[in-house]
Amino acid sequence: MDFTLSEEHRMVQKMVRDFAQKEVAPVIKEHDRAQEMAQFILPRMGELGILGICIPVRYGGQGMDYISLGVACEELEAVDSTLRVVMSVHTGLNSMGLLQWGTEEQKQRFLAPLARGNKIGCFGLTEPGAGSDVAGLTSTARLEGEDYVINGEKMWISLATKADYCLWVARTDSKVDDPHDGLSAFLVEHDRPGITTGDIKGKLGVRAGSTGWIAAQDVRVPLGNRIGQEGDGFRIAMSCLDNGRYTVAAGATGLIRACLEASVKYANERRAFGREIGKFQLIQQKIAGMVQSYEAARLLYLQAGWMKNQGLRNTRETSLAKWFATEKSFEAASEAIQVHGAYGFSDEYDVERYLRNSKGAVIYEGSNEIHQLIQAGFALGYRDDAPLKSELPQYDPSYWQDNG
Amino acid sequence: MSGKILVFIDQSKGQAIPASWELIGAAKVLEESFSGGIAAVVAGENSKEVAKAAFKYGAGEVYYCDDPALTEYRPEPYTDLVVKAARELEPELILFPTTTRGRELAAMAALDLKSGIMPDVIKLEIQDGRLIATRPVYAGKLLAKTYCDSSPQIISARSRAFTAPEMDDSKDGEPIRVAIEYSEDNIRTKVTGYSQAEVGVSLMDANVIVSGGRGVSNNPSLSPPGEMDDKQAEIWRAQQGFAMLEELAKVLGGALGASRAAVDAGYIPYEHQVGQTGKVVSPDLYIACGISGAIQHQAGMRTSKMIVAINKDPDAPIFKLARFGVVGDVYEIVPALTESFRKKLA
Amino acid sequence: MNIVVCIKQVPDSAAKVVAEGGKANWGEAPLVMNPWDEYAVETALLQQEQHGGQVTAISVGGPAATEALKSALAMGCSQAYLVSDPALSSADSQAIAHVLAGAIRKIAEVDLAVFGKQAIDSDMGVTAPQTARVLGWPVISLVSAVREIDTGKGNIVVERSVEDGRQIVEGRLPVVITVSKDIAEPRYPSFMGIRKAAKAEIPVWTLADLEVATPTPVVHWPEVENPPSQAISTEMISGEDPQEIADTLVDRILNEKVF
Repeated sequence: MDFTLSEEHRMVQKMVRDFAQKEVAPVIKEHDRAQEMAQFILPRMGELGILGICIPVRYGGQGMDYISLGVACEELEAVDSTLRVVMSVHTGLNSMGLLQWGTEEQKQRFLAPLARGNKIGCFGLTEPGAGSDVAGLTSTARLEGEDYVINGEKMWISLATKADYCLWVARTDSKVDDPHDGLSAFLVEHDRPGITTGDIKGKLGVRAGSTGWIAAQDVRVPLGNRIGQEGDGFRIAMSCLDNGRYTVAAGATGLIRACLEASVKYANERRAFGREIGKFQLIQQKIAGMVQSYEAARLLYLQAGWMKNQGLRNTRETSLAKWFATEKSFEAASEAIQVHGAYGFSDEYDVERYLRNSKGAVIYEGSNEIHQLIQAGFALGYRDDAPLKSELPQYDPSYWQDNG
Repeated sequence: MSGKILVFIDQSKGQAIPASWELIGAAKVLEESFSGGIAAVVAGENSKEVAKAAFKYGAGEVYYCDDPALTEYRPEPYTDLVVKAARELEPELILFPTTTRGRELAAMAALDLKSGIMPDVIKLEIQDGRLIATRPVYAGKLLAKTYCDSSPQIISARSRAFTAPEMDDSKDGEPIRVAIEYSEDNIRTKVTGYSQAEVGVSLMDANVIVSGGRGVSNNPSLSPPGEMDDKQAEIWRAQQGFAMLEELAKVLGGALGASRAAVDAGYIPYEHQVGQTGKVVSPDLYIACGISGAIQHQAGMRTSKMIVAINKDPDAPIFKLARFGVVGDVYEIVPALTESFRKKLA
Repeated sequence: MNIVVCIKQVPDSAAKVVAEGGKANWGEAPLVMNPWDEYAVETALLQQEQHGGQVTAISVGGPAATEALKSALAMGCSQAYLVSDPALSSADSQAIAHVLAGAIRKIAEVDLAVFGKQAIDSDMGVTAPQTARVLGWPVISLVSAVREIDTGKGNIVVERSVEDGRQIVEGRLPVVITVSKDIAEPRYPSFMGIRKAAKAEIPVWTLADLEVATPTPVVHWPEVENPPSQAISTEMISGEDPQEIADTLVDRILNEKVF
């Protein structure tokens, strides 16, 4: 069992770290304060190939593996969660959903521009009245001739006002016995008549990002925009979440590391009672806790990434990684503020931003509570995952890197 | 050891670079071990006059070459000249100043003479009959003791590491002209001019940083133009203050820094902020003007080799870190300092 | 164009370096490509993009130096070679210059050799001019901009940042140049570059391969020491008027010889 990152992974790590530290870190605070996403971030991440990092070259991507995606997310969120949120929705939820479920034609038409960063993607599942209760969503898609007519509203959608494409889940069959089987997924272009979007301000965290709502009023999309078959929507959404959650897990790991590094730095500099505060045991306890959280979170997400590379179903492992890392990142941020004392309470230092950002991840992509139910469900034998019609393709370097 | 010391006098636009005289100072300190006399060589525009001056600083024999091919410094013909002088005079030690020209010339001469170079030396001493040259390595984090066991030993000395001798007007001598055979066609580079582009020094790379705090806006004698409200006037005054600090920074070839308070007040952009939540710098000289020196600022500059503080408040914490302090008005002291440095460094 | 860029692997500039038992110790800090050399690689790649041809990265060092060479490949260099030989373990700058010149000759028909200004461990800044001297090529150091290369005429025009200002120099290829930070921001490696570099096998040349004789180093640095730590004694300067205070202060500052 080789626990080291390969040379390739280390170079990816360095490249993404350098980008985030050099280009984003110096300006992120001012955008967080202004509650606005910096204009250059999406084009720059697209230009550098980060948005399409694990998508095959033949679909416009960079041909790297799923561990590279995780490593990149860890580095991005170590600077700010909003950078990783971009990866979660554009790459994890939308692009990888297309990779897993799209037809060849759909992959060329939609996935390629997303992977190249020419188009931006988001994920339209959550509604004002439906979060954890996915089957309770009320958006509809009615087949009329060769088109579906979509109505409904999606809320808490990251990149809602920045995206070009939304992977939209709506109800196509309200008469089916199990509501889970009445949902379908669609690729909806934001420039279709009837689509309006807006931003949500006043969020506790991820303020340097873009979160909003999308409303669809009689939006017509052709049959060719439906992803998978009618009735596949729930399973498609859940498998998209397996990928989105993975990026969240990796990112939260980076957040724990950022809290740890900030705390170590401060503890070595700040003096009280005649010595650096790092010499006091209660401070050491907090730092030790962060180390433990970081190392464990890291192993959990890398395991999930490895399983994705192997083509192994990883719903359970990814859920575990996400639950653990996000919960621990919230704790680590809280402790990091404590280490900084009153200065932790001020936005002059980064740790208060880490806390505000970390809370979001405990809620989205499956709340903590949902993940506990998932884990118990697996352990108690109440759930097992039937194989899907389409699984996330196993990573194969020659397939990923050939021009096709 | 006995033998001659050869000193390369660097010049620019017909004026000797003062660091060159420091080499003669270094040579004099070593005279006991290198007792064959001090020779000097200079090339380029006006080199005969510079050569005459070398006698006044203590050189025993001086050679010059004013061949037009050498008017603008170029490494290859200058190296040929130095190597020719070295082969004729057979010095045991050749000293160069660490200027952009000096270091490179020393390197190339060493190669031609099949001997060793020790560049950017800050100390020279004789230990057990051997010349030991101390030079900073790892960006000055460590000092290396080096020596060369071939002859001539070739050293470039850091500016101000050695002291120039007093100029003695009564000392005179006749410089000897040296010719080199060259035609322009043989030299593969040509200086064709100078461009106007201003090159600023970045905060992270600067050897000298002049830094201002909130106190920089406090010059009551300045009257802001036109109709400005209080806040605008305050910022305007502060900007005049930073312009004054920038003058000092320019004379010292350094960069401009600021405390967090000054950045937060809008006096100067964040990229100049030095401190725990700004840049952490470690220049050779840090001049803190009107900065109280809170812990957050200290964390950003504490490892500077020398800290000088100017502040109206005698109890300002910055003075505890400073090697030299002045309790006074930044607006009075800084312009005087700029003048003084301008004179002393010319 | 056939361009060579010479790089060195050094401890990270942020590393805490202390002298222990007369030797430099940087603890767990990683070894990286010398930061100035990143600018050299970028310069070489920009010229290749403009004029076509290839860029070869070379480094003298131990097996660990392959990492720096791989970074150069990931940035886009066409190939890389490591020169490694036990006889070079205590090499001084002249020895390295002869080795690099040998490697450049072996690569053959090189138009331009690019170096970073200096290596941040030894801080010598002499390797490039000495290598040029061995090759018999001109050296143009501290280049802050390449204005033009005319491959037809075999000419290069550059700007140098020197004490007198920004100097414009014309040279006849082949030349050696050293570059400073103003020249261009080094690019990140591309993902494709990263993959290629990770897979690359970097050929190793020994002194015999270069037909360079075993060197006898003449400069030695047997030991390093920590700089003297000074307890700060603050001296307050006073005087009759600001100018007097300033003059006294300047004298004191210059006397300490830290700058």
